[in-house]
Amino acid sequence: MSRLNDYDKAVETYEPVLGLETHIELDTNTKMFCGCSTAFGAEPNTQTCPVCLALPGALPVANKAAIEATVKIGLALNCHIAEWTRFARKNYFYPDMPKNFQTSQYEEPLCENGYVEVAVDGVDYRIEIERVHLEEDTGKTLHVGGATGRIHGATESLVDYNRAGIPLVEIVTKPVPGTGALAPEVAKAYVAELRDIVRSLGVSDVRMEQGSLRCDVNLSLNKPGEEWGTRTETKNVNSLRSVERAVRYEVRRQSALLDDGVKIIQETRHFHESTGETSPGRSKEEATDYRYFPEPDLAVMEPSREWVEELRAGLPELPRKRRERLQATWGLGDKEMQSVVNADAVGLIEATVAAGTTPTGAVKWWLGELSRRANEAGAELGALAITPEQVAELQGMVDDGRLNDKLARQVIDGVLAGEGSPVEVAAKRGLEVVSDTGALEAAVDEAISANPAVAEKIRGGTHAAAGVLIGAVMKATKGQADAGTVRKIILEKLG
Amino acid sequence: MSTISREEVAHLARLARLEVTDDELDAFAGQLDVILESMKTLAEVDTDGVQPTSHAVPLVNVFREDRPQPSLPRDAVLAGAPDTAEDRFRVPRILDEEA
Repeated sequence: MSRLNDYDKAVETYEPVLGLETHIELDTNTKMFCGCSTAFGAEPNTQTCPVCLALPGALPVANKAAIEATVKIGLALNCHIAEWTRFARKNYFYPDMPKNFQTSQYEEPLCENGYVEVAVDGVDYRIEIERVHLEEDTGKTLHVGGATGRIHGATESLVDYNRAGIPLVEIVTKPVPGTGALAPEVAKAYVAELRDIVRSLGVSDVRMEQGSLRCDVNLSLNKPGEEWGTRTETKNVNSLRSVERAVRYEVRRQSALLDDGVKIIQETRHFHESTGETSPGRSKEEATDYRYFPEPDLAVMEPSREWVEELRAGLPELPRKRRERLQATWGLGDKEMQSVVNADAVGLIEATVAAGTTPTGAVKWWLGELSRRANEAGAELGALAITPEQVAELQGMVDDGRLNDKLARQVIDGVLAGEGSPVEVAAKRGLEVVSDTGALEAAVDEAISANPAVAEKIRGGTHAAAGVLIGAVMKATKGQADAGTVRKIILEKLG
Repeated sequence: MSTISREEVAHLARLARLEVTDDELDAFAGQLDVILESMKTLAEVDTDGVQPTSHAVPLVNVFREDRPQPSLPRDAVLAGAPDTAEDRFRVPRILDEEA
């Protein structure tokens, strides 16, 4: 375990420079260079053919839908689309590719020089995109004999080539300086924005938990005014929260080394979801020389300008525009909308409103109680076991006076525990506001006789004193009364 | 004197996963030299204003529609593997990288 600096101290002394490499699996029907299906979850090695197994004589042909999807991504990221572009072989020996090379792109990527704008704490950051290129995914390797499925202690590896050859888009940023202490938040905001952009294009389901969006985080530190430091590349960062944690951890770890006068080694590191730590992988000094060369089996591509403009004209509403529209529709202020974005709740709230509740009600639950639950569980908001429809149902019960907020929180307990929909949980657990006015009136009478001085004050016009009596009634009804109704009864009796 | 060194030949051999003896290093260095010399003849051609190509035939934009085709039966696929287990290709453990 590495010595770590306090984060706030670290960013007082050092300036982080970020870099992000993101891989996105496209959801085409077939693989990049052959007609094998890409369906998820098939039996091992049932989606392979001579091309993706690299049998002698097999010839690849590029998937048009994958090229089109990549151009769309490039356009949405404000990139220049190459007039002339080709594939290249990246040579390496590793059993995850049966060919002993991966078909990728080298000096002539499909898209170059774009940018994405993200806002963190009301400040806009422009993340420059170096390139967007197309390549193919590798097979899945299972390490056996080891304790954890990892390579250490493994005696052999088992390979499934179903994933080998699935179109994979790689998006590389230029180095991002100037984020200061906000580097972790900017990195997370960028990946979230990228994910939302690609999702809006409908070319990938971009699910980090399923590996269809994977992220490598580069980070270096330097003192103000000095040259950029040596960077590390952290792999295996597979959730938005992890992106933030990985950056934070590397800032703390690298700054402690630099404080001690230790040089940072350029290396690949692995992120560990359970601990939030990174550990060294392969050192770049011994990294493979990939001996790229132009792929002779595939024709060069010349995307026509007419076609590119056609695709540009057909782009859907992008997330930034969509957020602006939703913010206006929902009537939220900038700060509140920023909180919604930070909590990754735009889609959740949109779906909740669509399910029939007010924007205020939807925002209240997702940013309040549910965000708290997600934090406690260390999970993403969208991973909570409650759907937007259920949140709308819950708020509907509050609107109808069947639940108060306190009871609603208990209903959430039940929904998250898998006990059913809010209506079902309320019925099963007997959670319902006491609407029997007779019972409430009796409880109010009791509270009045138990607190004569307070009652006298209210009679005298000090309505604020009613809080004491409301509290007493709530206690007597175990929280199952509606505070508004109780207040009304008290004021009627003493008004 | 070869322009390509023994160390370079050793490096290339390592990248290509070839085992090469000390004697072979010298022999290959000499042979690779001859090849490089021959290629230099090509470098004398004036290629200013000529776009690089990777093909002898002037084909561009050869694409395939995104329609699934049948894959090979798994038995046939695994029949070509040196070793199998759990319907997968079995290979020796890989040392230089963590998965």
